[in-house]
Amino acid sequence: MNNKIPEISSEKFRFVNNGERITDVKLETKPVGYFKDALQRFGKNKASIVATVIISLIILYAFLVPLFTFSHDAQFRDNYYKMKEPRIDKIAKMKLGFLDGGRKDTLNERAFINMIALGVAAESNEANGYNVVSLGEALESELCPVIRLSDIKTQNKDNYYTTRFDSVLSVGFIYKQVTQDEYKQMLDWQNETGIQLIYPIIADNEFSFDATDANWWYKTSANGTPLKKTNNGQYTSRSYKEDLVLEDNYERDSEGNVKFFRFVGGGDASTASYQVRILYYSYYQYINGFAPNYLLGTDSSGYDLALRMASGIRLSLILAFSVSIINFIIGAMYGAVEGYYGGAVDIIMERISDILVEVPFIVVSTLFQIHLAKKVGAVPSLLFAFVLTGWIGTASGVRTQFYRFKNQEYVMAARTLGASDARIIWKHIFPNSLGTIITSSALVIPGVIFSESMLSFLGIVNLGGSKFTSLGQLLSDASSKWISYPHLMFYPALIISLLMICFNLFGNGLRDAFNPSLRGVDE
Amino acid sequence: MLKYVIKRIVLMLFTFFIICTMCFMLIRMLPMTYPEGLTAAQKAEIQALWTAYGYDKPIIVQFGIYLRNIFTKFDFGRAWRLSGYTTEAFDFFLGKMPMTIMVNFCSVLLSTPLGILLGIYAAIKKNKWQDSVISVMIMLFVSVPSYVYAFIVQYLLYFKLEWFPLVVYSVADAGGVFTWKMFYSMVPAIIALSFGEIAYLCRFTRAELTETLTSDYMLLARTKGLTRAQATVRHALKNAMVPILPMIISSFISIIGGSMIIEQIFSINGVGQLYIQAINQLDYDVFMVDTIFYTFVGLLSGIIVDLSYGFIDPRIRMGER
Repeated sequence: MNNKIPEISSEKFRFVNNGERITDVKLETKPVGYFKDALQRFGKNKASIVATVIISLIILYAFLVPLFTFSHDAQFRDNYYKMKEPRIDKIAKMKLGFLDGGRKDTLNERAFINMIALGVAAESNEANGYNVVSLGEALESELCPVIRLSDIKTQNKDNYYTTRFDSVLSVGFIYKQVTQDEYKQMLDWQNETGIQLIYPIIADNEFSFDATDANWWYKTSANGTPLKKTNNGQYTSRSYKEDLVLEDNYERDSEGNVKFFRFVGGGDASTASYQVRILYYSYYQYINGFAPNYLLGTDSSGYDLALRMASGIRLSLILAFSVSIINFIIGAMYGAVEGYYGGAVDIIMERISDILVEVPFIVVSTLFQIHLAKKVGAVPSLLFAFVLTGWIGTASGVRTQFYRFKNQEYVMAARTLGASDARIIWKHIFPNSLGTIITSSALVIPGVIFSESMLSFLGIVNLGGSKFTSLGQLLSDASSKWISYPHLMFYPALIISLLMICFNLFGNGLRDAFNPSLRGVDE
Repeated sequence: MLKYVIKRIVLMLFTFFIICTMCFMLIRMLPMTYPEGLTAAQKAEIQALWTAYGYDKPIIVQFGIYLRNIFTKFDFGRAWRLSGYTTEAFDFFLGKMPMTIMVNFCSVLLSTPLGILLGIYAAIKKNKWQDSVISVMIMLFVSVPSYVYAFIVQYLLYFKLEWFPLVVYSVADAGGVFTWKMFYSMVPAIIALSFGEIAYLCRFTRAELTETLTSDYMLLARTKGLTRAQATVRHALKNAMVPILPMIISSFISIIGGSMIIEQIFSINGVGQLYIQAINQLDYDVFMVDTIFYTFVGLLSGIIVDLSYGFIDPRIRMGER
């Protein structure tokens, strides 16, 4: 130990207050209160900050996507484009390999040829005299559903083609009954835009595989294999080759020109309706005025999934926030009264909440749905179910805090000065419990989102409608179809998982920030 | 101690009774209708049964009859719609139990040791990379809803690897509930069910064990000359187990409750699926049995957890304020 006492010369000493009085000086730094401290420490928690950012992004998505989708709204629905993969028309035409409505599937030879044949038929127009191009050439076409042929497998002498095809274009052609005026309008539109809309109708003869399906336009045998006339006038069936040119089965007049309509529904030649064969992709543009653009594809009823999800996120979040706020208010009041007055009031109120807390949530929500859903709607009755038992956790937190603080000296001082019960409760004791309640309110949100999705998924609650839907409802719709259409499940599940993780991280961050005993632990 | 136990049980029965009464009233307020496709004779038969069960009397009287039937004949009514009016609701319900118990028992057997071992490992390696990895995984698996990983499991095991069937076999296909074939088809469901449980148990074990590992008696044990492993197993683990064991016990009780969502996804013909079917078809008596059952399981696991603290660790005195 060499703790030498330093030698300091006497002139270095001076009096602190030589003649003057010492008074309190004003604090130079800003005081840090409880909430400011909590906020600062929350800011240091990286995980919580990331979570907050992701939550904000999801909320932004929910509100901005509907604003920035100019062409259609969430109620827009198309009956032919159901469960379609993500597709943006302009990007699909660039052939970048994404957002092209691409679906990967293994097709048998019949289906595969038919798929390419859609491209062939779409490419045959007035300019080339409805002469048919070969399959290989059609593959290059913008309107051909097949994007890529990745593999050909042979099994039991049959070929199977693993392809990626545009699910939107694969709808192909449909028959439609139109009045003559509509037909004229369609022709005008066709001339104006240069997009081929009306295609030749197909003859119903021994060569048509399915006369009701507008996609079987070439000559086939009874099992759907393409047929070709050989030099000796006999028809032979053909298999897939790039240079195969299909033989069309269009209905022609005596001069060999293709026909574009046939009369249906009775009446004479000037009034009868026409049956026309139209390319649905063009018809969509004709009806709506824009090409099919679906950022996340369409759901099983033909709604735009991106917009439906935005609507679902909004509903789930609004529900979660309302439950959280209502729980906050009821729980705070109940807990405050319980904790402040104590005694018999406390015992009775505790028993009530003891009983309520034991009611299984799933039973409550089921009964509320059965009894109330028809009268007040599915969403309010779900809200009631959440609120009925949800506030108990908050109330018991507040009660504990009141027991801790109600006998402290400052409360006694306030009471001596004549403060009313209400003033002591809300002004003096309640702020002490704010940290706990805010934390528990934040953690209510993921719980509500999860419960809502679970109830919708199980079919106990039905929140789906043309106007709005919930995330759980989207998942529930997807649950029977997702093996074939994974995107239906993937996006809602991803959002719900992200919301759950982020709100949990956010809540945990709040809990740590509001916990004074953790102060300075990580510094 | 005994006084406290009795007090808790009486309180539990009281709560149980009140909840059941409320549910009964709410369910019986709904109108009863005949199942579809019955002959006139069958309708008359059902009408006679309804009169016997008191469906035409005021709800309070109905409740009296319901209670009397339960206490004298253990009769909870009939499965009117789900299985024809001749089947008793309780028998029908019991028939669904084995599947639920089988899946959940296997899941608990898998998740309990795994969860505890991972938790111990994370606690020992606290603040190292192993711990961080486990903690992130815990956060993921606790937060992500169970049906999401049920779908991931289905996707991987059925669609990609093609190892297991998409849904669980029916009892007839597998030739019984407790057979290998049934177990094989249940594997995806068991795995999906276990993720959450493992994560939950692991988080709990890690939190408890890190606390005991830093306590003073651990330092003493080490100073006495015990190796780190010895001290951990003999001292820290023993104390950490005090809160963990009740949790395991409660998860064993909730085995019979099962998970509705997993049963729905893997189409397991169990109690949870029965609940959904009962609501969809408005089969009130079966619904009531299921409600009573879920309430009872919830109450029972709560009380057993509370009481087991006292039995496991005598230092914890029950009922003290």
